[in-house]
This record gives sequence, structure tokens and C-alpha cells, in this order.
Amino acid sequence: MSNILVYVLHYEGEFNKNSLGAVSEAAKLASELAGEAHAIVVGEGSDVTDDFLAGLGKYGATKVYRAKGPDGLAQPVIDAMAKVIDSDGHKYALFGGGLLGFEIGAGLAARKRAGVTMEVTEVKVDNGELVAARPILQDSKISESRYKGDLGVIIGRLNAFEASERDGGGATVEDVEFELSPWSTKATMVQRGEQRGADVNIEDAEVLIAGGRGLGKPEGFEQLEELASAFGGAVAATRAVVDAGWFPYAGQIGQTGKTVAPKLYLAAGISGAIQHKVGMQSSENIVAINKDSNAPIFEFSDLGVVGDLNKIVPKLTEAVKAKKGG
Amino acid sequence: MKICVLVKEVPDAAVEKRIDPSTGRLDRTGEKNLNPFDTHAIEAAMQIKEGGAVDVDEVVAVTMGPESAVRALHKAVSLGADRSVHLTDEALAGSDVAATGYALAQTLEAESPDLVLLGQQSDDGECYTIGAVVADHLRMPSLTQVIKIDVSDGKLRCERQAEYGYDTVDVELPAVISVGDAINEPRYPSLKAIMGAKKKPLETKATGDVGIDASMVGEDGSRVACGNFHDPPEKDPGQIIEDEDTAETVEKIVAWLDERKLI
Amino acid sequence: MAAANGSRNGLVVPAQFPPPVNPVQEFVSPPTDPEDERIEVGVAIVGGGPAGLACANRLLQLLADDEALTERLGEVPVAVVEKGKVCGAHNLSGAIMRPSAMQELFPDVDPADWPTYGEVPGEAVYLMLSGRQSVRLPTPPPFKNHGNYVVSVAELSRWLADRAEEAGAYILTETSAAKLLVGDGAVVGIRSGDKGRGKDGEPLGNFEPGSDVVAKATVLAEGTWGHLTGAAIRAFDLGTEDPQVWALGVKEVWEVPKPLTKVIHTLGWPLRTGAKYKEFGGSWIYPMGDDKVSIGFVAGLDYADVEFSVHDILQQFKQHPRIRAILEGGKRLAWGAKAIPEGGYWAMPKLAAPGMVICGDAGGMVNVPELKGIHYAMHSGILAAEHIYRRLKAGSSDFSSYDEAVHDSIIGNDMYRTRNMKQPFSRGFFLGGAITNAMVATNGRFPGGHWKTHPDKDQPIFRAGRAKGYPKPDGKYTFDKLSSVYITGNETRDDAPNHIRVQKEVPRELAEMWQWMCPAGVYEVPDDAPEDGPVDVIVNYTNCVQCGAITAKGGRLTTPEGGDGPLYQIT
Repeated sequence: MSNILVYVLHYEGEFNKNSLGAVSEAAKLASELAGEAHAIVVGEGSDVTDDFLAGLGKYGATKVYRAKGPDGLAQPVIDAMAKVIDSDGHKYALFGGGLLGFEIGAGLAARKRAGVTMEVTEVKVDNGELVAARPILQDSKISESRYKGDLGVIIGRLNAFEASERDGGGATVEDVEFELSPWSTKATMVQRGEQRGADVNIEDAEVLIAGGRGLGKPEGFEQLEELASAFGGAVAATRAVVDAGWFPYAGQIGQTGKTVAPKLYLAAGISGAIQHKVGMQSSENIVAINKDSNAPIFEFSDLGVVGDLNKIVPKLTEAVKAKKGG
Repeated sequence: MKICVLVKEVPDAAVEKRIDPSTGRLDRTGEKNLNPFDTHAIEAAMQIKEGGAVDVDEVVAVTMGPESAVRALHKAVSLGADRSVHLTDEALAGSDVAATGYALAQTLEAESPDLVLLGQQSDDGECYTIGAVVADHLRMPSLTQVIKIDVSDGKLRCERQAEYGYDTVDVELPAVISVGDAINEPRYPSLKAIMGAKKKPLETKATGDVGIDASMVGEDGSRVACGNFHDPPEKDPGQIIEDEDTAETVEKIVAWLDERKLI
Repeated sequence: MAAANGSRNGLVVPAQFPPPVNPVQEFVSPPTDPEDERIEVGVAIVGGGPAGLACANRLLQLLADDEALTERLGEVPVAVVEKGKVCGAHNLSGAIMRPSAMQELFPDVDPADWPTYGEVPGEAVYLMLSGRQSVRLPTPPPFKNHGNYVVSVAELSRWLADRAEEAGAYILTETSAAKLLVGDGAVVGIRSGDKGRGKDGEPLGNFEPGSDVVAKATVLAEGTWGHLTGAAIRAFDLGTEDPQVWALGVKEVWEVPKPLTKVIHTLGWPLRTGAKYKEFGGSWIYPMGDDKVSIGFVAGLDYADVEFSVHDILQQFKQHPRIRAILEGGKRLAWGAKAIPEGGYWAMPKLAAPGMVICGDAGGMVNVPELKGIHYAMHSGILAAEHIYRRLKAGSSDFSSYDEAVHDSIIGNDMYRTRNMKQPFSRGFFLGGAITNAMVATNGRFPGGHWKTHPDKDQPIFRAGRAKGYPKPDGKYTFDKLSSVYITGNETRDDAPNHIRVQKEVPRELAEMWQWMCPAGVYEVPDDAPEDGPVDVIVNYTNCVQCGAITAKGGRLTTPEGGDGPLYQIT
């Protein structure tokens, strides 16, 4: 029987979505291992109340460790998790996608001389042990990791673990006494979570509406902005239109631009040449609108619409607004 | 102040990457290049050196890798590093992230750096974590994905993009900082610098020279084993709608999105 | 405007729309860096391909036994300037190589240790009669390859570069040679290209200007019409009888389940035989060991059809059952394109000027009927090294003895023997073929005379419906241009300056011809361009794989930023 310790990030009174996904995943795996999923939360604000933390029970955690330490920094968490694992013997540490997951997970692996795998997309149980699968070589292959020793560290890819709520009671809350390592006190948060610019960072957006040459003219992006707004997402572009000056370089997706993996990528007027494809092929759902039925994008889109985007996009925007509002 | 920059030689982005069936590891034959993210780290070191806010005595490039890794060091030196250190040893082959970080930390220990800089990720391993491992062994504070560094006496003020936006964090030196590619635009080496690179001092070290415990490195010393490389599951072929009646088409799209909880 | 004064018999002629460039003015100049900032080397070799690297290796062999001269040449006796990421990154050829140059350069190296795929196992020549039929021809003499080796020049160049570096050469990769430096009527070196300029040429934050590299001898080994070679030929009046003409080769490397046991050449389909089409060329398929093949198509760039596209013709060709059987079950590993000088003997420029020599393809040393060029390139590099060595020892920079030596050598002899063998094909496939056969049978003596070449860009173009035959790419056996460019590893940054010169506002036919011609999809006719009127062609220069075809057909390729372009590995 093995227990799994899950790090849960919180901010302004809410738990991080990826962390909740990790808790749900841990609960599922722990039951197969005849063990339990425990969460650990580090903070020093007034928001880490018993009630708040007990709520993690809804996602499958049976116990939540509360450790007092600065919010948003990784090394204090390593100290806390190492202490918990030392005293309570968890076999696996699990992290949801996101920056802190990498920093804490890797540092913890160093501290405990453990194996660590990152960018994990799937975890399964084999013979009472966890096996972590991750894509490698630009998502062209999957590699599986097995752990030796007393602890295995698993760091998920962004959005890899889905949060799921269940019936049942709240989790018990236990305070952890631990010491901060000398170096853990050497970093101080001056300002946390500053939003910059009105634009959503396209790498973080869950929904991206991307435009290509098929838009015909720079004004074509206006209708995409409306559609993106309806979804609460962001607008992106291909290299060709950025070159032509229709959209800023910051929104360019592709081989020489950004790589993204949103939940929904809607490509309007984009042919789908490989130079663009490599920047968005890991998107969960790909919808393409193009008037050319031979466009390569239809070979890898999940839903392809052959038609005039100028007719379809405005109507789609209305329909989405209606569905969301109604 | 002494700055050490960790650099890595990785297969060039253009090389088709594959797993070598005979070793079960990434096939590292073929063209190699300095990890693009590390050029940002070297540039950051040079900007600190040239910035004048602090006195930098030297910038040292450090790498762990086979013989061919000297090319990455030459490149680093042509970009401005004063000298380089090459950790190379058969015993290190097959090291995982944790083992690699440990080995690098031991090598850095011998240098007593005030600041360790590195690129936040490498093109081949696709990991984002060596910095954190190195920092824990060196007992130094660490931050990753840093896109701005301001140095003053004995400390850094860093900006990095985290889950909820930009964080500003003050870090006391000595520290380990992993930088993102947005931090700067790396310079091009001048022809003179490229030609002079081979003349700059390059030390070669083996595990014994820096006190590396062999049981903690290499394939046997690694606590995670990767294998069973296989193709990802085939994606289901997509659906195609031919738009004849736009109102109908839009309905179908919305239904499709709804099914997948995308609205 | 354009249509009226740019045509012959109402047909558009590319040469009437010359690119906005003056090579001598722009690319030839005295050194401009302050004297103490110039980089001094002994011998500067421009181009890290077989010719340049053979020269570097031979020079260092000679210098190894000559302390005095080595000292005189300074800290950097031999420097090789290469614009690709590594030597070999921009090299592409079939190829079958005669062993003589390797044997001469490295007499102590066992051929088994050469970077080759072994000796030619056997050979066959087919005449493709149509898209479904072919007939085997008795192997004509030029296609006999017994004793020759199948190689990849991309790999060969890497191997030669490693040896040159071990011997002490400074190989400066990712460095373009942008200008030829002259002083007192002689070549004194080259200027390397700037880095870090933006789209409009403006210096960006990390702008790094090039440097003057001054040398006692400069070797131009740039390959198929190098940037500096073109300027040098004009500046020093090195052009000879005939203008150079080119062919374009597009090549793929495939992993195949069934080993190919012989080298194959084909003639005929899909090229058209009528004289007016001027379609000259053919294909090759060579085994690369047991598990790979090299397959490519070459065609002269003096073709007439607007829609002629060597890349698409190669895709079409692969559909022939005989060819498809070879590739069946296989996977494409590589793709690339490169122009080949085809003017032969009469089009070779003078090979020396004060302070400078020209080697290899840059000097037109390609034996077209026999499809050989690599060993000539290396022989010329060896001769260049030997003559430069001798003359520098004597304190002179007059290398004209090199030019004579080339003509007296196997290079000159073979080029002369085959001097008239391509030109007859301007009379069409069958008549041309008959004439060339006569020449081959008589070793060039009959019919004799001097068959002139005409610049490719002087050829009037017209529409003749070629594109109908091009297959729609299936992504398995046939491919589009963009995905082909992708696998060359071309990652040129988007805000790099445009390195291609073409005239703005050209007739529609010319714009379309460029669009079809370019294997990398650089030229595009904008969607809103007028059907009849002048077109301002879109130049997607970041796709460019630097094949050189545009220079032949009315534009000019200049060197982009060093390090840009493809990273060929097994082409």
C-alpha cells in the first residue's frame, strides 16, 4: 500500500486548477495502490483555513498537510514535503502542471535522491507501482518511466490531469512542523501575480482563435477578436500574416513562433503547412475553417469545416455568446 | 563576482530525433549545437559583466557531456565566457536529470560561483528542472523562467512569469537562476572571437576530480528508468462539414463543441 | 509597360527584367576596417565543400613540412569560410564519385574508411517512354560507373572538414563571404557578412558587423555560382567564350525495405522531347547501402514552359511503376535542391586573377554527359593548393599557372572531350541524342566545332500546360514544397533581411515561372494580382534553400546571414 503526496497551489482563496487535477488523479491511483492521496498546502496568509483546506476532500484527498511558509516560492515547499515524506513515508509525490511543480518536484528529487519525470501526460498502475508516461521528441513518441528507491516524483504536463469532484466527506487537516533550510529564506517575494498588458498570454490561453492568409485582409482579424472574446480566449496568427503586418509577432504560432497546446484551437483561413502545424499540433481539440477542401489542415483537424469563414465566423460568434449567456 | 554558466550540447533542431534501438536512449549522433536557451544565459552573464552595476571577475562556461561537448564550450567562449570546464566521464553516461544535476553541482562547487546561470530548458531532454536540482545540492536559492535580472551588491531582483502573472522576487547571492528566452536577444560572436575561442583555457575533469560519488550517477545511479518507447495512440480521423446552409453548419459546430465541454 | 518592351515574338524573356543589383559595385571593394582590426590569415578559402576542403587539406599537408612558409602565413595559415551551419549543410548532389582525387589527397587512407556507400554495385539505364512504360537501354559509355563510389556530398564535406580541422585549418562556419576585397588590382581577401540586421536592413539590438579578412591568397570554392565568383568574373573580366548555364536538381533520400542493387539513370518521361520545350535532363536512383536510396531529377534551366517545376516533375516521376516499386513501403528521410553548372568547357571562366583562384563548380568544372563533378572539384582544390603554395613561397600572388594546370589535367581533358555534348539537346531529344551519341563514340571529335551556350534567362517562356501532369501530394510518396523545405532543417529567422534580388513588377508569366521554378516555394503570385498586368511577386525568402536557380532565371541570389538555410545531412 502506497500513499501519494500531492502539492496543491493556491492563490487568492482558490486552488489552482492543475493542482486539483493532480489531487483527483492521485486519488484515483491511490485507490488502485490500496493507499491514500494526501495534499500539502504551503502558505502563511489567512486564507489557509481548515474549511478551505478540508474542501480538497471533494477531489479525493483524505488528509491535507498545512505548512506555514511563504506563498509562491518553491524551496520552502521542498523543505515541507521532505519533512512529511520522511515522517509519513509517502511513496510518490505528484504535481500538476505549472512552474512551481517543476521547481518543487525537481528540488525534492534532488533532496531525497529520487527519480523524477516531468511533462507527464498519463500515469498508470503496474504491479503495485506507478508508471509515468510522457511524450518526447516533439510529441512524436511516448516514453514510460519506472522508479527505483523509496520515492518517485511525477510532474504533470499542463492540463494533463482533469479535476473531478466526488461525494464524500471533507479531508482532515494536519499542521506540519518543519524547518526552513537556510537557502529557502534567501528568496523573498516582492510582488506576486502581476498582470501585464490587457492581452492574454497566448501560451496560457485555453481557447485560441488563429487567423491566416485566408482572412484576406488585416481587418479580417476583427471578427476573430469577437469570436475569441465570446469564448474568453485569445487571438493568434500564422507567420504569413505576421510577415504581412496584419498581426503582431507576439501572436505568431509555428516553427519560428510560439508553440501552444490549448484546449481548443480554431484555425480560420489557415492552410496548415507543417511550419505552422508544429506550433499547435498538441492542441486538445482542433477546429479548422477553410474554403479549400484540399488544405492540409483538414488532415489533422478534429473538426473541419469547408466553407467561407466570413460567413461562418460571425454566426458562430453569435451562437457561442447565446450558449454562454443563456 | 564569479558567474558560472551551465551549457549543454544538444542535437540541432533540424536533426530528426529518434531513439537508438540498441541503447534505448536518445540517439545523440548527428549534428549538435549549443542549446539555444543557454545562449540566453551566456548573454545574461555578459550583460551583467558589461552593465557595470557589479564587478564581474570572470564568466566560466561549464558543461557535462561526451568529447564533442567541447564545441558547446567553444561557442560559449566565443560569446564572451573567459574560460570553460568540461566534465566528462564514462561513468556519467545514462544519468537522469537528478544525477546530472548532482554531477554538475559537484563541478560547480569546486568553482565557488557567486551566480549560476543556465537556460530554463534544453531542446532534447525537454526538462525544465536542472536548475532546481543543482541549487538544492549547492544549498543556494533558485528561481526558474526568469525574464529579467537586476543585480546590485550581493543580491538580485528577478522577474519571472508564474501561474498567476509576473512575480518579482529578491534573491540573495549566491544563487542559481534559470533564464527564459524572453530575457534577452543573444549577441552574435564576432569572427575574431570565434577564431580566438580555441585558445581560451579549457579544463577537462572526470568524476574523481570533483568528488562525484559514482553510485549516484550513470545508469545505475539513476532512480528513474525510461523505456518502452512507443508511438502515441492514433488520433481518430476528424469530421468534415461542408458548409451549405451556414445556420445549420454553425449549429453542428456548436453541438460538437458542447459535446466536448468547450463552450 | 512591361509586356511591350520585355518580349520577343510576343513572348516574355526573363533577361529583360534584370534584378536590381550591380555585383561589382556592391560586392567588390577595398578593405574598410581600420588596419589593426582586420583579421589576417594566410590563405582564405571561401566555401567548405569538396573543392574548398580538398584545397585546405592539401595546403596543410604541404605546410606541415614547411616551417618557414607556415610562419610567414601567420597565426591562421588556412581559414575556410562557410556560410552553412557546418560544412556540408549546403551541399547536395546525386552522387557518384570517381576515386582518383581521394586517392591522391589521402593515399594512406583505405577506401573502406572513406565516407562512402561503397562501390557502384551495378548499373542500368532506362528510357521512360510514358507514365507507365520504360525500356532498358544498353548502358551508354558516359553512364558506365564501374569502380566509382556512391557518396553523399553532405557527409563527404563533413568528413573532409574534420580532417582539415585536425590538420590545423580554422573552419569558420555560419560565416558568409559578402564582399571580395581588392587593392591595387588584386584580390586581398574577403569581407564576412553582417549579422543581426532586420527586415529592412536596419541594425537590430544584437547587430554584429562583418569583418575584413585579408589573405595572401583567396580561393573561391563557392559552388554553383557563388556570390563572389559572379562578381569576380565581372570585375576581373574572367568570362570566356560562352555564358554559364545551369540545371536544377531536386533530390530526396529514402529509407527503403528492399535493397537496390544497381545505380539507375533514366532519360525521357516526364520530360518532353520536342525541341521547342527545351527540356533536357533525367533522373538518378542510387543505392546508399542496403537500406537507403538517393533519388533525384535534374533539368536544364533553359526550359520554356512557364509551369516547369523540377520538384513537381520529381513527384510525378516517382509515380512510374518501375520507380514506385523501388520506394514501396519506404519513408522519405531528406529532400533538397541545388543548381548545377552545365555550360561545360566553353563556359568555364578563367580560373585565376591576381591574388585569387576559382575551384570546383564555381569554375564550371562539371562533366555533364558523365554526371561527374566531385572529383574534379577536389582535384582543382588540390591543384590550387599546390600552385598557391609554390607561388607564395616565391613571394608572388600570380596564380595563373593554376589555370594552365587545370586545363592540362584530367579536369581540362575531360571537359574538352565532352565540350559539345549538352548543347545539341537544344535540337530536341532525339536529334540531340543522336548528335551526342556521335560525339561520345568519337570522343568529341565528330561533329566537332563549337556549339554555343545561351544564357538560361535569354530563353523566351510560354505556357504549355505542364502542370496538368503534376500529382497532388499524398504525403506518403509525393510531397508538397513546404513540407519538403521543413525537413531540410531550414529555420531562417523571420525578421532577417531579404537576400534575394528580383525586379518588382514583372509580367504575369515571369512571376508564375518563378513560382513554379523555385523548389522551396519562395516566389508567390499574390491572390489579387491582375491576370494580364504587372505582378509584384511575393518573395518568401525565409523558405530559401539557396539552390541558386533564381540567378539563372532572371534574379540574383546573394548570401543571407551566415548560418541560415538548410542543414543537409545525407544529401
